[in-house]
Amino acid sequence: MAVHKILGIETEFGILHLNPAESNPVSASSLLINAYVNERRSNRIGWDFEDEQPGVDARGFDVYGGMAPAVESHLVNAVLTNGARYYVDHAHPEMSSPECFDAREAVVYDKAAEVILTTSMQEATRYLPPGEELVVHKNNSDGKGNSYGCHENYLVDRKVPFARLVTQIMPFFVSRQIFTGSGKVGTEAPDMDPSDVPFQVTQRADFFEEEVGLETTLKRPIVNTRDEPHANSALYRRLHVIVGDATQAEVATYLKLGTTALVLAMIDDDFLSDMPIFEHAVRAMRDVSYDLTMTRTHPMADGGSMSALDVQWAYFEAAAKYGEQAGFEAVGGDEVGRDVMRRWEEVLDALGRDPMELADRLEWVAKLRLLEGFRSRHGCDWDDPRMRALDLQYHDLRPGRNIHRRLGMERITTDAEVATAVTAPPPDTRAYFRGRCVEKYADRIVAANWDSMVFDVGEESLRRVPMLEPLRGTRAHVGTLLDECETAEDLLRALGE
Amino acid sequence: MAEREQIRKPRRESTEEEVEETASASESGTELKAELDDLLDEIDEVLETNAEEFVRNYVQKGGE
Repeated sequence: MAVHKILGIETEFGILHLNPAESNPVSASSLLINAYVNERRSNRIGWDFEDEQPGVDARGFDVYGGMAPAVESHLVNAVLTNGARYYVDHAHPEMSSPECFDAREAVVYDKAAEVILTTSMQEATRYLPPGEELVVHKNNSDGKGNSYGCHENYLVDRKVPFARLVTQIMPFFVSRQIFTGSGKVGTEAPDMDPSDVPFQVTQRADFFEEEVGLETTLKRPIVNTRDEPHANSALYRRLHVIVGDATQAEVATYLKLGTTALVLAMIDDDFLSDMPIFEHAVRAMRDVSYDLTMTRTHPMADGGSMSALDVQWAYFEAAAKYGEQAGFEAVGGDEVGRDVMRRWEEVLDALGRDPMELADRLEWVAKLRLLEGFRSRHGCDWDDPRMRALDLQYHDLRPGRNIHRRLGMERITTDAEVATAVTAPPPDTRAYFRGRCVEKYADRIVAANWDSMVFDVGEESLRRVPMLEPLRGTRAHVGTLLDECETAEDLLRALGE
Repeated sequence: MAEREQIRKPRRESTEEEVEETASASESGTELKAELDDLLDEIDEVLETNAEEFVRNYVQKGGE
């Protein structure tokens, strides 16, 4: 029986400080996040990097109160009442969503992250001199060879031999690009000229140089081997997926998460056998992204050749059998499992007929349609700077500038549930415990991280509450307890009993 | 590789359905075109005025 596919998304956003007297992306990112957490007292809790000993210095993170954000430039690391982590990472603002129960819930929290970043921009700009502005983009590249990630995380069974996991997931990662991409004008591959590739399916494909490895910032691998489970390491592994694009298109994000969770459930259960394997996965990563017709074939390890679409159909057919035999419990139940299968089939069918049919669902198709329209209206070529500007502005999160939201693409979330997710944690994972504690006992929490919370209730030593099981700490488990405990002291006493 | 080709989904539409689909596709095609024109009008208004400078100045540090 596959491990429940608890999942989440971490997104690094592009950031610009417009018209500054003096600025750098690290201080701009810090200002952005401080502006948000300063407005919300309950959010002023630091992230705890120490796995075993929090130490008193963890309190050092909690210094936001009383300091003007204009002079705040140290690396910010906050935990939000919705269970997410909001911080500065490598000169980018980054949001790690709370642990989610299924793909649909994860999309809701991904959209909530956009709302939080948009609010942060507006609040931060109020602290800046007139004429200056912070601008955030939800994209993955500056078009000049610098890339930043949108990573997915999935809980997988520690018992699965990692070599099998790598072999069985890699062809899926290479081929799923045909629906996960957010599209990009040109190429940033070092050995190519931008004019070789007017437009490609993904933002990220240009940046992968290895099949498997630990790196994420250089020599990026298709399968990342980082092994920090943030959970019981005897039972679980966290697969850290770095090949995806950050998408605003809800159906694209949903399919990316839902299909990957399904494939990982099949791998947990050793359900896949004799799946297609790309002869040159790194080469295929780029070739798949450069093919807008969905017909290009790639050499396979068995000497044959297949298109990315063929490979996706192979995974789809396996998942259909898996669903019949094992059900969809591991990915959140029948409703979400069947919905993912239905949409997966629709999208693969349409990609095989005419990708343009998917302009209301897939981000790369929507962007391509827009760029083609712009090109024909203005009679310009792909290397016209307006094409690149439109590509960038597609991802600009400022409401007046954002292009994506003007397209009216199909949604799977509602504004109301996204608004709720800005402040409330998912009810069905341990993120519920984290978020509710932050909301209710902020002044007693010294630090938080994925698998524990550290409290200071005035005793000689700090008190750590471990959260090693991602499916414990849900509303069903601790909702009543949290409702009843007025203070952190009450809570710790009750948990100790 | 012939056996892998069979993995592709069989096409199920009948000829009759195809005719209907073509008719509605053409209608929705016209609608889409009109929508795209409206959208491009909007974009002409909100697109960065100095595209070249904007693109040149858009530089990020690598991340992850």
